[in-house]
Formats: sequence, C-alpha cells, structure tokens
Amino acid sequence: MLTTTRRDFLKGSGSLVVTFGLVGAVRPAHAQGGGKPVALDEVDTFLAIRADGSVTVYTGKVDLGTGTRTALRQMAAEELDVALDRMTLVEGDTATTPDQGPTWGSLTVQNGGVQIRQAAATARRALVAAAADKLGVPAADLETKNGVVSVARGPAASVAYGELIGDREFHLKVDKAVTLKDPAQYTLVGKSIPRVDVPAKCTGEFTYMQDVRVPGMLHARVVRPPAIGAALQSVDEKSVAGIKGLVKVVRVQNFLAVVAEREWAAVKAASRLKATWSRWSELPAQESLYDHVRKTPVNKDEVTLTRGDAAAAMGVAARTLAATYDFAIHTHGSIGPSCAVADFKDGRLTVWTASQATHWLRRDLSAAFGIPLDRIRCLYADGAGCYGRNGHEDAAADAVLLSRELGRPVRVQWMRHDEHGWDPKGPPTLVELKAGLDGADDILAWQSEFWIPKAIITSQPPMLAATLAGLPRKDDINPGNIFQNSAIPYSVPNVHAVCHRLESTVFRPSWIRTPGRMQNTYANEAFMDELAAAAQVDPIQFRLRHLQDPRGVEVLRAAAAKAGWITRPSPKVVDTSTPVATGRGVTYVKYENVRTYVAAVADVEVNRNTGDIVVKRVVVAHDCGQMINPDGVRQQVEGNVIQTVSRTLKEELKWNRSRVTSVDWRSYPILKFPDVPEVDVVLLDRPKEPPWGAGEPSAAVVPSAISNAVFDAVGVRLRSVPYTPDKVRRALGAKA
Amino acid sequence: MITLSVNGKTHRLDIEPDTPLLYVLRDDLALHGPKFGCGLGQCGACTVLLDGAAARSCVVPVSRAAGRNLVTLEGLGSSERPHPVQHAFIEEQAAQCGYCVNGMIMTSKALLDRTPDPSDRQIRQALAENLCRCGTHQRILAAVKRAAAAMRRA
Repeated sequence: MLTTTRRDFLKGSGSLVVTFGLVGAVRPAHAQGGGKPVALDEVDTFLAIRADGSVTVYTGKVDLGTGTRTALRQMAAEELDVALDRMTLVEGDTATTPDQGPTWGSLTVQNGGVQIRQAAATARRALVAAAADKLGVPAADLETKNGVVSVARGPAASVAYGELIGDREFHLKVDKAVTLKDPAQYTLVGKSIPRVDVPAKCTGEFTYMQDVRVPGMLHARVVRPPAIGAALQSVDEKSVAGIKGLVKVVRVQNFLAVVAEREWAAVKAASRLKATWSRWSELPAQESLYDHVRKTPVNKDEVTLTRGDAAAAMGVAARTLAATYDFAIHTHGSIGPSCAVADFKDGRLTVWTASQATHWLRRDLSAAFGIPLDRIRCLYADGAGCYGRNGHEDAAADAVLLSRELGRPVRVQWMRHDEHGWDPKGPPTLVELKAGLDGADDILAWQSEFWIPKAIITSQPPMLAATLAGLPRKDDINPGNIFQNSAIPYSVPNVHAVCHRLESTVFRPSWIRTPGRMQNTYANEAFMDELAAAAQVDPIQFRLRHLQDPRGVEVLRAAAAKAGWITRPSPKVVDTSTPVATGRGVTYVKYENVRTYVAAVADVEVNRNTGDIVVKRVVVAHDCGQMINPDGVRQQVEGNVIQTVSRTLKEELKWNRSRVTSVDWRSYPILKFPDVPEVDVVLLDRPKEPPWGAGEPSAAVVPSAISNAVFDAVGVRLRSVPYTPDKVRRALGAKA
Repeated sequence: MITLSVNGKTHRLDIEPDTPLLYVLRDDLALHGPKFGCGLGQCGACTVLLDGAAARSCVVPVSRAAGRNLVTLEGLGSSERPHPVQHAFIEEQAAQCGYCVNGMIMTSKALLDRTPDPSDRQIRQALAENLCRCGTHQRILAAVKRAAAAMRRA
C-alpha cells in the first residue's frame, strides 16, 4: 500500500500513475492481434516493455525506404531512455498498430513520431513514479538511463524498467501535454545513426514484400484489358492448355488472371492467354491534353489566398506579365512492380502488403469483399520505393480475389507493364499566372489559376480488381492535397489564387511525391523569376524584397552562399560563340506555407544545338526544424533532387486513345548515372523547434530552379514539364 | 534435370529449361538478393555474376546458366562478414528502399574485378543501365570509390 508520504510526491506525477501503481495489470502486453490496444490515446498502443527490458514500439506509419524505421526508434528510445539496440519496431500491422494515417505528406516523423514521443514520455514518467514507490524515494531524486531508474542524489539504488512493468500494460492515456526531454539532453536524436535496414538490404538478407512466401502458396499474374474501359467478351482457355503447372484461369466480369503452381508458368500463361475484349477508345488525344483539362467540368472553385483587390490593382499596375505553365502526367516508377500475398481461409483474411496505408487498405478490402473488418489483418512488408500510392493496394485486391476463388494463399506479382500501365498516375497540372509591377518594380498584384482535379482526401483510389470485377467500391478520386503551395509565400499587397477543382482527370489519379506542391511551386517560382527578369533585378534579391519570414530569408541566403551566387539579373550576358551555355537558377518554398523551408540553386548546361539540358549541380539549403537524423535528412534531400531532375527533364506518360503506351523503361525513361547531378546539401538544424517533414519538400524546388537556370543560360523560358530537347530547341527557335 | 552451381554449392533441379534464371534463384533456391524489376533486362535489379561477368538473370534461361559459375549477392558476403563492396555500400548508407542495390553491388563488383581503379566517368558508365528511383546515385558512386580503394589496399 502506498503511504501518505508517497502519495504526496506521486501527486506531482499525475493521478494516472497511481492507477498504474495500484492496479498492476497482468494482461499480457503483446497477444498478437488478441486485444492489444490500438487506440491513439493509449500508451500501451505504442509501446510494450518486456521483463528483459527490451521494448517494442508499434506504429501505423511504415518505412517506405526513407529511413523512418531508424528515426522513429531514435525518437522513442531517446524519450524513454533505453538503448537503441533494445528496441524493435512493428510497422503497419493492422492487428497490433494504431491507425496513424497513411504514410504520406512528409508526416511520419512530424506527426507519427511526435505521437510516439508523447507516449514514450508518458511511459517514462509512469516508470519513474513506480520506481519512486518501489525505492521509497521522491520521483524528483530519480533519473533514467538505459532502461533503468536510479537514484541521482542520495544512496545508490535502482530498478530496471523490465522489473517495474515487464510484460504488463501501463493502462495509461497518452498525455499530450507531458513534459518532453530537453533537447539539450539528447544523446540519440540529432545524431546520424546508421540506418538499421541498410546492412540486410546490401546482403540479400532483407525480406521485401516480393520475398514473402506462405506455405501452399500459388503464383498469379493478372491480364489487364488492352483498352482501359474494354469489356471482356470471351476467353480461350485452350490457348494456355499445354502450360505445365497452370492451375486456373480466373475470370470475374472484366477481371482476368492466371494462377499456377510456379511463377514462370503464370508468366507464360498470362502472356499466351487469348481473350477477346470490346473496343474502347475514349481517352483524349495526348497532344490536346491541356485543352481537355481546360474543358473538364469544374466541381468547385477553391480560393487558396486572397488579399487586397488583385483585379483592381492589376488595372493600375505600371506593367503586367502573364504566363501559362503545365506539368505532365507522371507514373510512380517503382523499381519493383507491386506485389501482395493474400490468404483467405475460414472467413478470415490475411494480407501481406507493401501498402503505405495498411489500415485504409483493410477498410477498403472489407468494403469490396464484404469481409467484416475484424476478420481482416494486413501485415506490412517493404516494397520497392513507391513515392506515393502506386499499385500495392491494387495487387492486394487482386490477391484477395484470387485467394477467395482458389481457396489457397495466392501471391500476385505485377509485371513491369502492369506497373507502368496501371498504377494510378499523378494528374496533369495547368496554371495561368498574371502579375502587375508598380513603378518601383515591386509586385503590386498577383493572380493565379490552377486547373487540378478535386480530391476526396479520406479516400484511396478505387482498387482495380474492384472496378474490373464489379465489386462494391467508391469511385472517389484522391490525388492528394494538390492545392497546397498554390498560394505564394511572398508579401504582395493584392493576391488572388484560385484552384479550379475539376470533376475528373484523364487517368485514375493518386499522389506522387510532393503532389501539387511540386507543380504549384514550379509555376509560382518560375513566374517569380520572370518578374525578377522584367524588373532586371537579381532573382534572389527580388525574392528577398518580398519576403519577411526570417527562416525563409535564412535558407535563401544559405543556399546562395553555398552555391557561390553572384548577384546580378538573369539572363546573363550570352556568349553565343560556343554551343553550350551555362546558367544558374534559384527557387524558394515554405512547404504548404506552414512548415519546412527549402531554397535551391541549380547550375545547368544547355546545348543550343541539341537542346540537351544537363543539370550539373544542385545546392539545397534545408530547414525542417529539429532533425532526428541529419544523415537521414540529407539522404532524403539528395533523393528528392535527383528523382525530380528525372521527372523534370525526362518523364511524361504516353498514351493512345485506348491505353497507356509507356509501359517499360524505354518508353518511360528516367535519369541514369551519367546524367546525375552533384547534390550539395546545407542542413540548418533547430533542435528546439518541432520536427517537420523532409521526405518531400526539397522535391518542390527542382523544376523551377532548372527552368530559371535555363533562362539564365540561354534567355528562353521553359514553361512545360518535361523540358525535353525538342521543347528547348523550339523555344530557342522561337526566340531567334 | 539441370545442374546449377550457385555460390559454391551445386543444385540439381527438375525445372522447365526456358525458366528465367531469376525465378529459379528466388523461388527454388530462396536467394532473394536478385530482384524482379522489369523482366526485360532494362533495370538491372536482377543482376548476378555469371562466370564473373554481370548478367541480367531475368532474361537468362536457366538452361544457359547450367554448368557455369554463378554468384548472387548472398555469395559475396553477409551482414556479419560483408564483401568490401557491400561494406562500402553500408558505410556510405547507399540504399534507400534498397531494391536496386543488388544490381548496383553486383555490377560494381564485376567492374572492380576488371578495373580496380575506375574513374568517376567509368563508374557512371558501368552503372548506366542500372536504374535507381530513390535517387541514391551520389552515395552509390561514393561507395564504389570507397570499395575500390579498400580492395586495392587488400
């Protein structure tokens, strides 16, 4: 029993601690799927401490290759005061982890990590209180280190976490107001701890989704329609009759697949299977894509920034400029095509998936297949990088449908043409901008219009198997929060930014890394450069004239310093005696206008004869607040830049009136080693600030930095992504 | 029956001779180092060493690998005892999703065996047809240089 004295000092730790001390729960902390708490307000949801002192952290966020598996451990171990190697992390298992939302939007550390941090701090406080009770000393005299609570002042005494709570539950609510550790005391957060997954990935020991094997498992391949909206009329099963090991051809309405004992038999059968489909050719012509976008019915107009009276101010401006920007449709381009294994047995469904939203996938599978939610478990295994919602959820639905048909576990591995042809796409973006400068060449008025599809932000794209097999589904579209960064971050007195949210878009959309923020920043920041050039002012100086945010100013100055930026207007004086010209361009973004600050300077070479652009170097200054793992942040910035150089220079989905025709790496080329730029990263660390995302923001700055650098080099403005040699030559021809 | 020598071990397999080597390695021998990326020989994720040369196992029929010396990522080393190229990739943290890294390591191993001191340009050329989507190229280049230096010292 607690004595009065003890109650007095426990009071300061909160009454919930007393509950924990008195109740001493005996419920096993980790019964797999059997009653482990998963509610977001419970400490036991997020962590379990074993009798041996080891700690398991549970998170609904998953590591998509970005290193959060390491970063989240750092955050939890730091706040709980346990050694990193005593900590394991369970990710995305719907039976044991909380639904912390999809792994998207650069929010894993910023939101998911902070939730874990609060749970760990609440747990640590409870452990200290319990130790105070056990040791008979005030909590204030105790300290924690390496999973042990010990007396800091007074006679030596200590008790390990495992002894205090081992294999039992805390029964505590997460205290969102709990006092967190002072960043000055950090020993793990802020350190470039090597990633826990890299050694196994470099030796073949790592288990990817594509490596998951289940006893009794069959291999399947899907056979998609030759035209997106085509109906299946007949299947000639004789066409695959001789294939050894083929188990079944499965047809459900327009869903068609082959299932075999061996993988190669499934591949062969899928390629040989003869089927007759109806004609369908309702896609818009690729060459008139943006006319189609402009004519698409508007669902609603969304004003993302309005200030002053932009229309009136435009009328009194000393001069005005206008420009139209567009950005092509992109595919995720995962190096490993989507894959899933499903086992539907005795009314229970288990799905192994690389989905970035296992909890949402579970919900969608329940709706499509009519299986009660509590009978579905989704387990996460890493896929190849997906950079958004690629085909993983679709492959999962394919596998579920087939496992239900066959009564055995089924593995569905998409082929390259499935991934390039059928993963949901990043929608096209069309932007019109107009600005007026006053007599001093400052921006007086800014008007912008964005044509982008609407978004039902709580929905995932409908799964292909549900659409093709006529299963219950919602045909909501969700390309992500693509309105973000349509509003400019600059102090302009009269602004009106409006997004025309379209009813539909050409291909089933989803989010691809930096959705909307990339396209909108590109248009705004290239146009900003046009204004600077019109004003004949250095592009950085012009931005600084319109920017008060001190952290924004600091990243711009840091990037300029690192890049060796020389203050002068663009374009530079063009030397036309050699075909190759060089130039530099800048871009600034404050992500979603509320978080991570990024500035970039790109150095390019432009060949006037061939139209080739080579990005030589990109300098990025990056401020995401408190950094959990600086090398992890650096790695994300490097990846963002290189991937976006690829998207900007090379990538464009191709199609005819019936289907996607860029279905491999020849028809959808990406950047290769010989053309990869040097990426130079300046990290601004702010340990006392909240941690913000780093997985996306530095991708937003790349397309406009390159466009601005090309303008600096050769004096022509590129307003259409990708910047193919053909477009560059045409722009140069139009100028000459 | 097809006889395969993989990582110093001999396997006799009853298998369709037109089966791409990749499926045999992954499904029959449970060697998951080589990855399925495209099945077209375009991306390099499936790379193995066939008689010391980098080969795309997704387009090599298993019958053509019979009787030859085959090495996969697992045959180079383990996380306990990594090969110098694997060690260099780990030191440089040259993997994000890591799906392409098998091809990067195997192709680099083949390069360094024939060109112990490659230039930056030679490394980029050797890896030109190995695709990475995460944008880890800069670290991969650094890792290959680090491995080259370590292997020359050894």
